[in-house]
Amino acid sequence: METYWHSVTLNKDLCKGCTHCLKLCPTQAIRVQGGKAKILKERCIDCGECIRVCPYHAKKGVADSLDMLKNFKHNVALVAPAFYGQFSRTEDINVILSALLDLGFDDVFEVARGAQVISQKTKELLKSGELMKPAISSACPAVLRLIAIKFPNLIPNVVPLKSPMEISAEQARCEAIEKTGFKPCEIGIFFISPCAAKATFVKGNYTVKKSEVDGVIPIKDICIEMSRSVNKMAEEDIKNLRVSGRSGVLWATSGGEAEATDAQKHIAVDEIHNIIKLFEDIEDGKMDDIDYVEALACPGGCVGGPLTTENSFSARSKIQRMCKNLEDNSQPFSDEINMYWDEAIVYRPIMNLDSDINIAMQKMNEIEELYNEFPKLDCGSCGSPSCLALAEDIVRGYAKETDCIFKLREKVSALARDMLELESQNTLFVNKKTEDK
Amino acid sequence: MADVMKLQFEVNDGDFTRAGETSSKVKKTLTQLGFSPIVIRKVAIAMYEGEINMVIHANGGTIDVEIYSEKILIVMQDKGPGIADIEKAMQAGFSTADSKVRELGFGAGMGLPNMKKYSDEMEITTEIGKGTCVKLTINVKE
Repeated sequence: METYWHSVTLNKDLCKGCTHCLKLCPTQAIRVQGGKAKILKERCIDCGECIRVCPYHAKKGVADSLDMLKNFKHNVALVAPAFYGQFSRTEDINVILSALLDLGFDDVFEVARGAQVISQKTKELLKSGELMKPAISSACPAVLRLIAIKFPNLIPNVVPLKSPMEISAEQARCEAIEKTGFKPCEIGIFFISPCAAKATFVKGNYTVKKSEVDGVIPIKDICIEMSRSVNKMAEEDIKNLRVSGRSGVLWATSGGEAEATDAQKHIAVDEIHNIIKLFEDIEDGKMDDIDYVEALACPGGCVGGPLTTENSFSARSKIQRMCKNLEDNSQPFSDEINMYWDEAIVYRPIMNLDSDINIAMQKMNEIEELYNEFPKLDCGSCGSPSCLALAEDIVRGYAKETDCIFKLREKVSALARDMLELESQNTLFVNKKTEDK
Repeated sequence: MADVMKLQFEVNDGDFTRAGETSSKVKKTLTQLGFSPIVIRKVAIAMYEGEINMVIHANGGTIDVEIYSEKILIVMQDKGPGIADIEKAMQAGFSTADSKVRELGFGAGMGLPNMKKYSDEMEITTEIGKGTCVKLTINVKE
């Protein structure tokens, strides 16, 4: 199966080979081999859970740097609303946007604007009755990847709209061309990202033919410089750059997007393991009366992204305070922007054991037999996330039975017994020889 | 070569917290065996409805699943009161669930109708006071 570029990567030098990420990974995409973690690329959905949990900071979200700005004549920072909650000294969106200009950007564009446009379109689609119930949001790229490998039955439920980031990038380029007169390729559009999954999305061109985003800058990489700029900003340097409205900014936190759809019955679920549980229920037909499901892979929504710096609860409360007095004004996008996906999500059946069902069944039986012999402690010492996963790995040919330390101990004791027995036989023989003399 | 795979599950009486567990396990198995999402969805919904029925109406029981490359057979045998009027029980919206069960959000009268809807063959044998056996077949079409 073809694999794709991943933002989430491992720094081998820092990895201690412990089991934190192994056990938390929602798609069982990590194994520990030879004392180091290994990411199974075809299974990884770039949710960033491992980045968050690693005590040694061995997992990181690879993206782009500000050096890329020099490749373009005019650079626009595409700002995720989660960015607004990252600064302890200010709750003024205009201060934050103005500070981005200090970092070398020529202009800013708020993704919150795109969020408002997508909310409006989703509202229309929900009203039209064209969507399969419950309609599932397509905003979180980690969730889209999750659906593609684990929940193929839910693919028809996903609202086939591009993400706010993607349409905002398109609109930002249009506006920049109008303002500057530069060619499209002379304009750089950089997404200021709370998560690794967005970087993967942009490089992998998922659901779009080619992403309009030229680079992805992790929030955490620019936070120090930003804070410096925010803290020393003089009153006269604060430009009136904010044009987005309340409902768009609230997309930064769990519940904001669902609220903005006006759906009668909606669910906002956050954190990837919670999402898996809810999706299982949707698959079983338990949620057929729900109109809309917002699903964000990070705890608390995008403010909880693995590439953010501020505590997600604090960021959430800041965003809510900012929004209290914010009007819900909006600025329309160009009619020429196509809000629908260029390409649908395709099921990637990575979990199956064999293309022949009968052989797969045979393998399944072997897994069952192996599993029954394991201690079922799910300790992770073997390098697989659970005893069942080890049994699967063995049958797939990636691991061996003695990777289980309990099995190894059994084998060693058996060997020791055999050796003792052999040794005693040998003594008999030696004794016999001496007797013969 | 294995041409059938058999799974058996015990369903406990009144244990709502575990309802859906067997459906989830079977989904995982079928996915690993490479069955198509459409087949998996039918099995998941039919089994979930059956499991809930056994929990709310029938004091629990056992579910046997037989997986063949061309079909999936689900046999749900419960220890419940039996069904007095199968025809009525098959009507959408008909339910004998008490108010306690309804308060929990179950008992909408869609259990058997949904099992029929999501299976290709359905066979019910029931005996008052002894229990009910529902046999479902889901065909795997290429």
